Order: sequence, then structure tokens, then C-alpha cells
Amino acid sequence: MMQTYDLQANSLRELNAALHAQANDTNQTSWEIVNPRGSHAVAVGLDAPIEVSVKGSTGYYTAGMNKQATVHVHGSAGPGVAENMMSGTVVIEGDASQYAGATGHGGLLVIKGNASSRCGISMKGINIVVHGNVGHMSAFMAQSGNLVVCGDAGDALGDSIYEARLFVRGSVKSLGADCIEKEMRPEHIEILRDLLDRAGSDAKPEEFKRYGSARQLYNFKVDNAY
Amino acid sequence: MSVKDIKDKTPPRTMPIQSATFSNPINAEIRRAAATGIYDIRGGGAKRRVPHFDDLLFLGASVSRYPLEGYREKCDTKVTLGTRFAKKPIELDIPITIAGMSFGALSGPAKEALGRGASAAGTSTTTGDGGMTPEERGHSSKLVYQYLPSRYGMNPDDLRKADAIEVVVGQGAKPGGGGMLLGQKISDRVAEMRNLPKGIDQRSACRHPDWTGPDDLEIKILELREITAWEKPIYVKVGGTRPYYDTALAVKAGADVVVLDGMQGGTAATQDVFIEHVGLPTLACIRPAVQALQDLGVHREVQLIVSGGIRTGADVAKAMALGADAVAIGTAALIALGDNDPRWESEYQKLGTTSGAYDDWHEGQDPAGITTQDAELQKRLDPIEAGRHLRNYLSVMTLEAQTIARACGHNNLHNLEPEDLCALTMEAAAMARVPLAGTEWYPGKPGF
Amino acid sequence: MCGIVGLFLKDKALEPQLGALLTDMLITMTDRGPDSAGIAIYGAEDTSASKLTVQAEDPDTAFDGLADKMAAALGGKVTLTRNDTHAVLQVPAGKAEEARTALREIAPEVRAMSFGDTLEIYKEVGLPKDVAARFDIAKMSGTHGIGHTRMATESAVTTLGAHPFNTGSDQCLVHNGSLSNHNSLRRKLQREGIHIETQNDTEVGAAYLTWKMQNGATLGEALEASLEDLDGFFNFVVGTKDGFGVVRDPIACKPAVMAETDQYVAFGSEYRALVNLPGIETARVWEPEPATVYFWTHDQAPNPKKKAA
Repeated sequence: MMQTYDLQANSLRELNAALHAQANDTNQTSWEIVNPRGSHAVAVGLDAPIEVSVKGSTGYYTAGMNKQATVHVHGSAGPGVAENMMSGTVVIEGDASQYAGATGHGGLLVIKGNASSRCGISMKGINIVVHGNVGHMSAFMAQSGNLVVCGDAGDALGDSIYEARLFVRGSVKSLGADCIEKEMRPEHIEILRDLLDRAGSDAKPEEFKRYGSARQLYNFKVDNAY
Repeated sequence: MSVKDIKDKTPPRTMPIQSATFSNPINAEIRRAAATGIYDIRGGGAKRRVPHFDDLLFLGASVSRYPLEGYREKCDTKVTLGTRFAKKPIELDIPITIAGMSFGALSGPAKEALGRGASAAGTSTTTGDGGMTPEERGHSSKLVYQYLPSRYGMNPDDLRKADAIEVVVGQGAKPGGGGMLLGQKISDRVAEMRNLPKGIDQRSACRHPDWTGPDDLEIKILELREITAWEKPIYVKVGGTRPYYDTALAVKAGADVVVLDGMQGGTAATQDVFIEHVGLPTLACIRPAVQALQDLGVHREVQLIVSGGIRTGADVAKAMALGADAVAIGTAALIALGDNDPRWESEYQKLGTTSGAYDDWHEGQDPAGITTQDAELQKRLDPIEAGRHLRNYLSVMTLEAQTIARACGHNNLHNLEPEDLCALTMEAAAMARVPLAGTEWYPGKPGF
Repeated sequence: MCGIVGLFLKDKALEPQLGALLTDMLITMTDRGPDSAGIAIYGAEDTSASKLTVQAEDPDTAFDGLADKMAAALGGKVTLTRNDTHAVLQVPAGKAEEARTALREIAPEVRAMSFGDTLEIYKEVGLPKDVAARFDIAKMSGTHGIGHTRMATESAVTTLGAHPFNTGSDQCLVHNGSLSNHNSLRRKLQREGIHIETQNDTEVGAAYLTWKMQNGATLGEALEASLEDLDGFFNFVVGTKDGFGVVRDPIACKPAVMAETDQYVAFGSEYRALVNLPGIETARVWEPEPATVYFWTHDQAPNPKKKAA
């Protein structure tokens, strides 16, 4: 049964409290949020296998620290969507602002439009699939997980990257420090095929290039200081 | 006297003079830099002498004010943190908390000892850049969870397990800089907690990944409150540099508590040049921060925790007299646990240093077994005994602070005020805005 | 640290609503800047007169006889229309800058907010809704406008410290961010003879553009140069008589959202600021790129990627 929350009529606190009250065995599995009107912290800290559909665009930190839940934004999302996500799925039909999926530990973030700067910054295991382009400094200090960009990447992609995998189909304006193109091996094609499939993209894995760490910044030495 | 006699006498000579500018330690550092090509990295806080609480004295009561009797007449030490917005403020028995130090920088047993000692003393301890361990949560009755730029180990479950959340913007040892943990200390467990390969040098960012500035911080605080149902006090920690503005902006962004860390505050590892040359002495931080709270009408409603070089009950009392609600200790707590203890002198010698000077915490070879991830060295620290030592030390600091407060006629540590103090030096008088001893004047005092 | 809103109308039919739309956008940004608020409105041009908008702490006495004194100083007809603590002096066409200079002599206690042919700037300390209400901004019409809500970082919360800052005839600037070389730049500009009133970092940014333009740069060139010469974090939105522009620093941490329809181009620090604009559901919404100067004018068909002239 569908529960509908109108953020014009009800407070953010009531909404998040109601969503937090859902247990793993809830039967209220489907929620609809209308009139988000760019509100911040919509559906943050969820921890139940529920489906939340947001009708409209949101502000900062939509679905922040998500666990288990599926949050689907039928609009665009502001800065830090799905920041520090642990598990579950977040889908943005429109564009995402800065810091999409920042520090995410797990789960899948799908952005059907473009993501702006710092997409996947400091990511720690999350999978992010962007159907469009990503802005500058994306995957900065990315630790683990996969960032898939079906369009183009902006400046300084993967600067100071650790062990995250970056897959880009289009052009890369520039690579950041210690980020290099790497060989696309069969296991990478498989990872990519699965992610594209789950993200509803018809892009072909073979069209992508893989980028990752040259591992030259892993230990302090004179040549790394600047 | 013959000519020969004169020739035999050694003529007067100029004494060899060491340059004050190019001193032996400086020259040694130049040679080290020239040989290695990398800046010096170390742990701890500023070692240089800066104006400090030692430059202040209390004015005990006599005839114009009446002292309280020790032991018999009460002098309250309790403090409640997070009364502004949090549904569940933290109540502490003593106004001395344990500052954030990470699992990773410290061993598991050291973190456990901090939790045991602090809990026994009725106060809180704080996680660090590396997440919350079950041992730490288990042994700390009140635990503050740090929210740092790196977000290592950050997760909503631990966020909800915490008693308060400390958004770390900066720290006194390195305001404007990120953290460092060198490969020697990235053990399997540390690597797993931080999602990093084992053995690599880890550098934390200097800014948060998903917000910049107070207008964004306000939204970040909203998110953290929504995730934790507005229960937890939200602290904002800043390194002391522009304490008036930073305190005011933390308040405007919605903080419950401001944590202000002066330049004597320690770190697990950063560049020596950062530790010694960036930041404000703790003494100079407090009055501007209190002024900001007073100007905004929230002094005591938004609590101020001061840290950086607090060692004794006198330091505690002085920080509180200048307007702090509580203090935090880091380095002092480690010494109470056994850091730099002369009993390990022969081993310090082997590392080319001496007890009291050992600061290569980043190398992970701490003979005292505290700042290390080495399994054998860790065993040297008994968390139960070390915890007991910390509790004793916290107890002594509290008793000392109470002794001073009673002597000044106060029935509560929070009633200490700047007028209870005088300064021994012009510098301390200016920084603490208390009169030079024996005068009614301090540099910058209005009306002079 | 602040909230910025901006609205550039393409559709003349919306002009009577400019003030109302901007007021709504401004109030939405209160959380980002509760200390003070300001708004720049570009109204209809009167070819016979230019405008000097002024502010006084004690307007009852300060504005008394001011028009006459100004008329005597400039020669020609001067009228004064008071609006709360502000007033618009209508001076002979082309004499707005001269009037601003004269004001320092004839009424030093009165502060110039803006000068030009169509620009009026209103700003005060207080919550955005109160500031907008006291000037009845919602009733104003115009072709384009820029609003700002301020959370003061290092300089005082005062009327003069509020944004927008007037940078030249019919030019204004608002800022979100924090400049880190404004003190040395202020000293340099003051040595060059540029008048700077406050310790505010944004005013230095505004004065910098003025100085560049005095030395022959177009506004677009001045903005391009700012990317090189200003240190720190900034989103600037600038207004000119017939256009408005946007530039972000190369790091581009501070938020910026833009929307465009056939009727308007809009700027907001957050999407929330744009949600009540007509047709926002189908607008093209995007974020400006770092280190890129954008500019829209009425002279030519607006082009979202057009570089400033």
C-alpha cells in the first residue's frame, strides 16, 4: 500500500521520522513524496527495504547515508545525493549536483542525466553509474567501488585515486594526479556489463576505457611533494 | 718577563659562538632535509614555548572575598553539553573530556584504556579519523563520534550509537590541513576500517568532501540531525586561528557545542612546520571565542570546549575562568596511560631519542605500545591498569581545579571568571585579557 | 557565505512581476544568509534622468532638503523619492556619477547605494523577508535583478557590508564564498585611487572589476581577469544595464544552479530558490562550469554559453 507525503503540508522531520520507523518486515513498502521543492535532507538515514519515490527535484543530501532502501527521484538532486550510502539503490531521473555519491560505502547510485563536479569524491565501495557527463574533480581520492560515466568526464578525473575503478565511454578532459588509463580486461567488462544493466543503460561495455591508480602516490617520497 | 715567556702564553681568543639563528637543531634539520628531500613528519603538538596558562595566576580570596572550605563546602564540577538543540544532551561529572584520537593512530588497547578511564571518571571520550571500534564503544559510557573530511569508517549505525557527533573542521596542530597516517600503521584491521590497501601512506583531505563554508555546514548539520532524530548534540571542532569568526559561524550554522583546539594540541602525524608555525596559542583562543558567544547571546547555551596543552587542574581552572565550559585533553591523557615513560628509556635511546622527546608516533614503533599497531608492542599496555591511571589523573585534575575554585570563593567551577586571574607577562595579559599582576592594566584594554 | 538569486527577464510580460519573483527567491535563501539582505533592480529607463540611490541612518533629517542641495551642486532638476531608509535621487541624465561624488561633500552622512540610469540597490541588516518588506520590493517592476542574503564571515554586519555592491554605472556584484587575498588587493586598489568603504572581501572584488574597467577592460574581460587575480572561493553574479553575468572560481565549491526558459534566465545558490518561477518544471536547469564567464544581454538573443563581451 502506498503512503503519500506532501512536503508542503508536512514537515521534513515528520517525513524522515515516519521513514525511519519502518522496520525490515514493514508492509508499508511503498512511499511517495510530493512537493519536495528543493528541500534538503529528504529521505536521509533510511534503513529498511522500502521504496521511496520523490516527485520533483530535491536539495542537498537526498538519501544521505541510505541503507537498504530504494529512493527514486523523479527530478534533479542537489549537492551530495546519496552521500555515504551504505547499501540500497538511489536513482536520479534528472541531473545531480556536486558531490554525488560522496564517500559512499556501498549500494548503487544511478544518475540518468549529468552529474556535476566531484562525483564519487572519496568513494569507498559504492557503485555509481552516470548516464550523462561528470564534472571536474570527479572520483577525487576515490578509494574503492566503481564509477561508470557513459558520457564525458571533466578536468582532473581520479586525482589522488586509490583503488576505485573508473570507466568512461566519452572523452576525459584531463586526468588528475596519479590517475592513468588501464587495460580493460575481461573481468572489467563483466563488472561493467552488470552495472550498466542494473542502471538501465544500453551502452556497450566495450566502448569504455578504464582508469585507475598508478600507485605512485602510495608512499611519501620526494618526487611526490609539490 | 722574557720574550720567550710571552710567546709561550696562549693569546686571548674569541670563544666559539653558536648562532642563535643557525642553531645546532636548525642546522641538523637543514642537513636532514638536504639528505632526504622530504619535510619532517612527526606527532604531538607544538614544542616551542608560547604564552600559556603557566603565565596566569589566580587571586585567592581573603578579606574582600571569602574562600570556601575544601572537602566540606561543595564545588560543583558537572557540565551538560548540547543544551541548545539536542534532545539528549550529554551530562558529564567533570568538565574534562578526552579529545579525538583515532584507532589507527592509537592501538586498540590504548583506545580501550581511554574509554575505561574516562568512563570511570564520568566523562566522555572521542573517536578519531578511522571510525568507531566496538571495543571503544563498549568501554566508553559516553562517546563522541567524529565526523571528519576523510569519513573513514563513517556509517549511520555508529552515528546513531554515538552520544554526540563532532564535525571536525580543523585541529590546533594543523589548522587548514588534513590528517596523515603512514603506511607502517596501516595494519589489516586499520586498512579494512578505512577501505584502503594495507601499508600505504594515507592522507586525509583538508576540506570536507561535500560541503564548504558555514552556509553549507548549516545544511550538513540539518542532515546529521535528521539521520539521528535530533537526539545527538552536534559539536563543531575548529583549530584556533580566527576564533571569533569561526565560533560565530559555527553558532550560525547551528552547532550545539564549539570545540576550539589551540596550537599546542597534538596530532598523530603531520609536517613539523605545520605543528610549529600554524595556529594560535590556546591561551589566545579563548577570549575571542567567548566574546563571539557573548555577542550572539549564546554563552553557556552553546558550550565551548577548549583543548591544546591542558595538563593540570590549574590549566582546567584557568581555561574555565576565561569562559570555557569544559576542556579536552589528548597528549596529557596519553602520558597518563604511559606515553614517553622513562621506564622505556633504553628503547627510546635505540630509536635515537629519549623519553619525553619521542614524537615519531607515525612510525608505529612506540615502546610504550600506545601509538602503534604492532601486535607485540601493543601488549605492553594493559588497558585496565592504564585506564585506572587515566581515571586517577582525571580525578586529580578535578580536585586541583576545585581547590582553586574554592580558594577563589566559588561553589561551581563554572563560576570562575577572568577577574579571578592576573598575568605574569605582558603577552599573557594581552592574550587572556587579564591584568598584569599587581596592575589593573592589560595591553589593549579599552580606556587606556 | 551567502545565498544568491538572480533573474533576467526575456519576456516583457513578466516585467511587472520582477520584484515579486525576486522577493520570493530571496526569502527562500534566508538560511544561507540571515544577517543582511539586498536587492538590485533594473527598472525602466528614463532618457531624461539618471539615478543615485542613497541610504541614511536617520533619513528624516538626512533626506530633508537633499534634492535641493544636489540640484545646486549639479545644476538642473533633481527629485527625491524616499523609500524607508533609502531614497532615489533623479538627477539630470548622465550625471549620476557626478552626483555620487557630490554627495560626499553635501551630505557625508548619506551613503550612496548605487548610481546609473536604471539600477536601484536596496540593502539593510536583517532577515531577507523584513528587508524586502520594508522597501516593498515585491511591487517593483523591471527587466532584471539580483538579490543576496548574507552570512557574514569576517567583516561587520552593516548596511554597507551588505550586498549587492555597486561597481560602476549601472553595475553591481554579489558574491558567495570567501576571498583570501582581499586585504592586499584592497591596499593595491586604494593606492590606485579606487574608493573602498568597508573591510568586506566582496567590496574588494567589486572594486577590482571597477578598476579593471576603468583601465579599459570590458566587464567580461574584467571577470576573466578576476579568475587570475582573486584568490579564494567565489561565485559572482554581476548586473549591467542590459545584462547579467555569472562566474565561478576554478575550484567551484560554492553552489550555483541556473534555469532558463523562453521567458527568463535565473540563478540560485540552491534549486529551492527557483521552485516558484513560472514554468520551472520544464526549464533547462544546469550548473555553471568553473572558471567560465557567462553573460546574457537584451541586445542579442540570449545564449547560455555566450562569453561576456
